Amino acid sequence: MGKEKIKICDEFYDIMPPEYRELVDSATYGKEGRGWKDVGIAKELIEEHSLCAGCPESIAFRYVMACLPNPEDTVMVGSTGCTSLVFPHVAVHNIHSLFGNQNAVASGLKRALAYRFPGKVKDVVVLAGDGATVDIGLDMTLQSWFRQEKFLTICFDNELYANTGGQESGLMQKGFVSKMAPAGKKFDKVRLPEIAEESGCHYVATLTVSKPNRVEKAIRQGILIAREVGPTYIQLYTPCILEIGKQAMEGLQEMRDSEGPNERFAFKEYISEEAKAYLASLEKEKKPAAIPSQA
Amino acid sequence: MEANSVIGTINKKGQKIVDPEYLFFEAPRQQHFMTGSEVVREAIRRASVDISVAYPITPQSEAAAMVGDLYVEGYVGDYFRGESEFAVMSQCAGASFGGARVFTTTSGPGTLRAYENFPMWAGSRLPILINVMVRGINSPLNIQPDTLELGMILDTGMLIWHAETAQELLDYLLKGYIVAEEPDVHLPIAIVIDGFFVSHTKDMVMIPSADIALPPYNPYRSPVPCMDMEVPPVRMMRDPFVMKSNYISYATHASWQQEIRAAIERSRKHTIRLIGGLIEEENSDAEILIVSSGTAVAQGREAIRLLAEEGIRVGIVKVKTLRPFPHEEIRQATKNAKLIFVPEFNVVGWMAREIKAVIPDNHRVIDGPHVAGGMTMPPEVIVEEIKKVLAGKKEVVHG
Ligand SMILES: Cc1ncc(C[n+]2csc(CCOP(=O)(O)OP(=O)(O)O)c2C)c(N)n1
Ligand code: SF4
Repeated sequence: MGKEKIKICDEFYDIMPPEYRELVDSATYGKEGRGWKDVGIAKELIEEHSLCAGCPESIAFRYVMACLPNPEDTVMVGSTGCTSLVFPHVAVHNIHSLFGNQNAVASGLKRALAYRFPGKVKDVVVLAGDGATVDIGLDMTLQSWFRQEKFLTICFDNELYANTGGQESGLMQKGFVSKMAPAGKKFDKVRLPEIAEESGCHYVATLTVSKPNRVEKAIRQGILIAREVGPTYIQLYTPCILEIGKQAMEGLQEMRDSEGPNERFAFKEYISEEAKAYLASLEKEKKPAAIPSQA
Repeated sequence: MEANSVIGTINKKGQKIVDPEYLFFEAPRQQHFMTGSEVVREAIRRASVDISVAYPITPQSEAAAMVGDLYVEGYVGDYFRGESEFAVMSQCAGASFGGARVFTTTSGPGTLRAYENFPMWAGSRLPILINVMVRGINSPLNIQPDTLELGMILDTGMLIWHAETAQELLDYLLKGYIVAEEPDVHLPIAIVIDGFFVSHTKDMVMIPSADIALPPYNPYRSPVPCMDMEVPPVRMMRDPFVMKSNYISYATHASWQQEIRAAIERSRKHTIRLIGGLIEEENSDAEILIVSSGTAVAQGREAIRLLAEEGIRVGIVKVKTLRPFPHEEIRQATKNAKLIFVPEFNVVGWMAREIKAVIPDNHRVIDGPHVAGGMTMPPEVIVEEIKKVLAGKKEVVHG
C-alpha cells in the first residue's frame, strides 16, 4: 500500500497537473507517524481552499488531513457548509451528499467498505459544521453512535451557521445575538460532548485548533479507536472570524482565549475503558519493535 | 467483462452465479402462490444484494422485514433499520458510494420524507434499487394505496417502472438492477407497485430456482469513481461548483442535469430488450382506448370485457415505464383513437397530464376516472365513465 497507488506513468508525468505531481512526490502516503509537522513541507492533501482568509477552519482542515493515519484508505464524508468548499480540493475520496445526513451516509459507506474489504483497514471520517452535526443532522449523528458505527465524527464548531451568513445554531452560546436570534439565543450551548459520551462514543475530545500536537493526538486516537472499538467524536473550535467580527489574524487569539481552564473550550477528553485497553495494547505492540536487537 | 468471469462460480450462500439472460429467459421456473411481499423476498434472494436498509411504513414493512430474514439466512450482506426514511436513503447512498449493490423499500409518507435524497442519488449516479409500494400521503391519515406520491417523484432523475402484477414485480426487481447498473445508464431505479393491491394479495408467480443468482455488482463499471480508495485519489475539482458566479459552474451543472436525463433515455434499449417494450397494447386499433399503469390497467381490462358484452369495443395501452416515458410508443399506439381514457388511483391525474403532453390532439384525453385514498377502482366505474362520455352526458375536459 502507499504511494504505488498514485504513481504516474513516466510518459504522462509532465502533463499531469502540478498538484497531482506534488501529491506523488511529497505526500506522506504509507508513512508511519505522519502528522501536523508535514504541513508546510508538503502541501499534503489539500492544494488550496476557498474559505475566508485567516479562517481557522482552513488550518484545522490541514491538521486533520495531515494526521490521518491511513489516507490511502480513508474516505471522508462532509456536509453542506463552509467545509464543503474545501472538500473539492481534498485529495482523498470524499462525499458531499446533502445537509445533515453525513453520519447516515458514513454508516452506509463504512458498512459497504467493511463488507467489500473484510481483510483491509478502511477508515471513514465525518467532518461537518455544528449546524449539520447538532441541528439538522442530530438524529443521524446520535443514531450512528447508538448503533456503534465504527467511524470518527469531527465537528468544526464555529458556534453558528457560517455558510448561510451567521444564523443561530445549537452550539451557539446563550445570549449571542445573530441572524434569526434577534433577541439573543435563548438556550444553552448544546452539550454534545457529554451527550456523545452517554450515547456510546468510545473517545470524545473537545479542544480548539491552537495547539497542533493536541489536535494530532486527538485525531489519531479518534480514528484508531473508531477502527477497532466503536464510534468516536471530536469537537474542534474553529471560530468564524467573519461572523463574530474578527480580523484575519485574530482567529488564533480567539481560540486561545476560549480554551482557558474555565472556558467553554477547555481541553477535555473521555476515553472508554474498552478504548483505553485498546490503546494500551497498541503501545505494547510498538515496544518490541523499538528494540530490534530483541527480535 | 469482469462480471462475466464470475458466471458459473458459487457464492457464499451456495448459489450458482448465472448470466442474467439465463436467469430471466431460460432458467426453469416453478409456479408459486404468494403475496407481493413474499415475491420481493424471492427476488432479493436471487439478486446478490450487498446491503439493505429498512424502515417500517405500511404497506412495505412486511417486505422490508422479510429482507431482514434473508440477511440472517446469509443471502444479503448487511441489513439494518435506519432511524427515518431520510436517514435510510442517506445510508443507502453511503453504501452505494462505497460500491455496494443496495436495496430498500418505502411507501407514501416515507417516500416524501426521503425525497431530498432521490435527486442526490441520481446526480451521484448511484444505481440504488428502491421498491416503492405506493400509499396515501395526505392528511387526513390514510394507509391505503394512492399513486399521488408517484406523480411527485417523476422528475427526480430516477428510472421508474410500474409493475401491474406480482410476476412483473419479481421480474422488474431483478431486471431493474441489470438496467440501472449499465455503465451508460447508472442511475437509481424505483420499482413501483400499488400497495396492498399487489403487496398483500396472493398471486400465481413463476419463479426460478433459489440456487441461482445474479452476478454481483461491479462498481468499477461506474461512470463516476467508486468511493473506496481502490482507484487513485485526486483532488476532485479546483473550483467548487457552488460558486454561482462562475460560468464553468453553470455549464457543468446544466450539462450534468442533461446527462442524467440522457442516461434515462439511454436505458430504453436495455429495458426494451429485458421487459419486452415500454408499453403493452391490446386492440389499440380501437377508437376508444384505456391508457394507464399499475393495477388501474388490470381494472381497465375487466372494464373492457364488460363493455364488449354491450358491443362497445375498447382497447388498452399499458404503460410499463414512467421514466423513461414511452412518448413515441404512446403516440403510435393512440394514433387512431378518438377517445383516450386514463383511469388513475389518485386525485390529480398525473398520468393523464403525461399523456396529454406527448400526443397530438390531446383533447382526446379524458382525465379519469379517478379514485383516491385507497378505494379500489371498480371496473363498473370505468365502464360508467366511458358510457357517459359516449352518450355526450359528460363534458369532455379539453387539455
Ligand atoms: C435542507 C437544507 N436546508 C438548508 C440549507 C442551507 N444551508 C447551507 S449551509 C447551512 C449552514 C451550515 O452551518 P454549519 O453546519 O454550522 O457549517 P458552517 O458553514 O458553519 O461551517 C445551511 C443552513 C441546505 N443546504 N439544505
Ligand atoms: S464564513 Fe466564517 S467559517 Fe466560513 S470560511 Fe469565512 S470565516 Fe470561515
